[in-house]
Amino acid sequence: MRRLFKIDCFVLGLTIMLAIVPVCAAGQKMNAFLDSFAPLEVHGFIELRGGMRTQNDPHAKDISVMETRLQADLYTFTDWAEFKFKGDVWADGVTEKGEGDMREAWFFSRPYDFLDVKIGRQVLTWGTGDLVFLNDLFPKDWQSYFIGRDSEYLKAPSDAAKIGVFNEIVNIDLVYTPQFDADRYITGEYLSYWNAAAADHAGQDAILHADKPDRFFQDDELAVRLYRTISNYELALYGYWGFWKRPSGQTPSGTAIFPGLNVYGASIRGQVAGGIGNMELAYYDSVDDSGGDDPLIDNSEMRYVVGYTRDLAMDLNASLQYYVEQLLDYGAYGDSLSGIPARDEFRHVITLQLTQLLLNQTLALSLSGYYSPSDKDAYLRPKISYDLTDSIMLETGANFFIGEADHTFFGQFENNTNVYAAIRHSL
Amino acid sequence: MKKIVVGILLGLLWGTCLAAQASSAMTVDAIVTRANHMALYQGVDSKGNVSMTIIDKAGNKRVREFSMLRKNSDDSDRNQKYYTLFKRPADVRKMVFMVHKHADLAKDDDRWLYLPGLDLVKRIAASDKRTSFVGSDFLYEDISGRSPEDDYHELIETREKYYVVKNTPKKPESVEFVYYIAYIDKKNFIPMKMEFYKKGDRAYRQIEALQVDAINAEKNGQPVVYPTVTISVAKDLRNDSMTKMVFSNVAYNTGISDRIFSERYLRRPPRDAMR
Repeated sequence: MRRLFKIDCFVLGLTIMLAIVPVCAAGQKMNAFLDSFAPLEVHGFIELRGGMRTQNDPHAKDISVMETRLQADLYTFTDWAEFKFKGDVWADGVTEKGEGDMREAWFFSRPYDFLDVKIGRQVLTWGTGDLVFLNDLFPKDWQSYFIGRDSEYLKAPSDAAKIGVFNEIVNIDLVYTPQFDADRYITGEYLSYWNAAAADHAGQDAILHADKPDRFFQDDELAVRLYRTISNYELALYGYWGFWKRPSGQTPSGTAIFPGLNVYGASIRGQVAGGIGNMELAYYDSVDDSGGDDPLIDNSEMRYVVGYTRDLAMDLNASLQYYVEQLLDYGAYGDSLSGIPARDEFRHVITLQLTQLLLNQTLALSLSGYYSPSDKDAYLRPKISYDLTDSIMLETGANFFIGEADHTFFGQFENNTNVYAAIRHSL
Repeated sequence: MKKIVVGILLGLLWGTCLAAQASSAMTVDAIVTRANHMALYQGVDSKGNVSMTIIDKAGNKRVREFSMLRKNSDDSDRNQKYYTLFKRPADVRKMVFMVHKHADLAKDDDRWLYLPGLDLVKRIAASDKRTSFVGSDFLYEDISGRSPEDDYHELIETREKYYVVKNTPKKPESVEFVYYIAYIDKKNFIPMKMEFYKKGDRAYRQIEALQVDAINAEKNGQPVVYPTVTISVAKDLRNDSMTKMVFSNVAYNTGISDRIFSERYLRRPPRDAMR
């Protein structure tokens, strides 16, 4: 049923696209067709970014990031649609290879008053958390974030069709991804991690390989959001049918896998006492281990976040969040463990973001902090960026990982603590 | 004949009295109300492109370009909605800033920011309105307007061309100035110059309209003309920085839909803002 619904959505998307793309069969019509496009907008940047670990990591290089990156951003539109391409190529000193990443390549149309359609490679975000994601199951790239790439790279693109239906009662967003897009999770390539099976840190010497579901139209994902605004309070309900976004299980032979996952949640955001408050919760239904007694597959979870942001002084903003992950069927989980360190039933995380703008808002000092009192670990991300001119930006920052235990979420990355600097010239 | 002459004279006298009465009847509140209307509320909606050139003391130049849509939410010069799509510089291109402005002093404005690189719709805390807008010498409050209800008004002088109005904040602790003087054009009620003062009558900041253009539009099928400030300059007199703002392609009453000021259009801008 669910599968059929997903395919229906995709077919609907395609039909809409074909219905609104004007057919230009005759050659002489080609010029008129091309004339209907607005002049191509060409932008981009060139960037040098380098960083290194502040301590020796036996499983990784001293350099944490070292790249020369070129981004091209092309955009045009006609009366009936918009087109966008954004792609990066870079020489990567960590992988010692030339790398490429197509970030966006999509077509957008607003064929009816009540309908938006966006098809292709696109970056997608929803939900209310500030750098904490509950109902946003679109792919993340924590690896880029942790090595100090621009925060834009925290979001990895999806190959998807997004359909928005708008009306007075409730707006609906449907995102169909025909082939599962996983997070760009930590594999050991750039960052060393805790390998529970080997009970040791691992890195480039033991790149994590996972068996990713990859059959088109079968290993697919569907994400839905229903939302509306009441007196400028934003209310939303969410649903997701797909897979855990990073390896959250293994086969009996030890291959990392992405078990099935459904997520249901809700959020509210709006003004509270001179600032903005947000609340969001999500039920992660680990469908391949619904009883929680399979030691090879992660249990279901409840996730909660409550946050508040406001300005403390001129050009000084602060945001504070309290985030909790609750492992469900904890008894069954405990019984099924065989010696490996147990996760706590509740993982508590406090996040803090501070941003101060100075010198006519050309200098930004920021600090992002994550602290988990239950895991006894923390991640701190101070950053200074300065717009030397309208087109030249300088940036320096650090990623500090601190933890008592080797296996906790941030603690496992302790040897990856790094500092970096970058210069970017935008066009 | 004599009666007729007397009649005409009496009539003229009466007319003159009426006229004198009318001009003296222009209370300071009426002047401020009209000036507020002219500065921010003309037409049902308006749109245009804004270019801000910021020049600091050392002569360094930065340019901010954006298009702006504005729609009044009522006919009483109170609530409004603003939509701003950034075009320059490159690092903020396609960023959108949206405001639902509430004239009620007890209610903060609602503000949103859309970051296209992350496809992120952020809700922004209603910060101090006396904060610089995009790093320029204009403040948020200069763009979306300072409510007349925020100040006590006093007509301190009537010049040949201007009403000179002194405005003293009702909540002095909420702003960085002690008072400001507005020079309001007697003909069209456009505030042509505003000087902001700190303690000791020290002027420290000023905004001046350099050019006013008559913009033709239609209202209910009838042609109307909206005098509009198209070039203005804000100066910070303490550090010699200045920002020149040029407002171009201005149009009124084009029928901007209320729906534009919603999340849907934050994520994908309307054509009105793109051209």
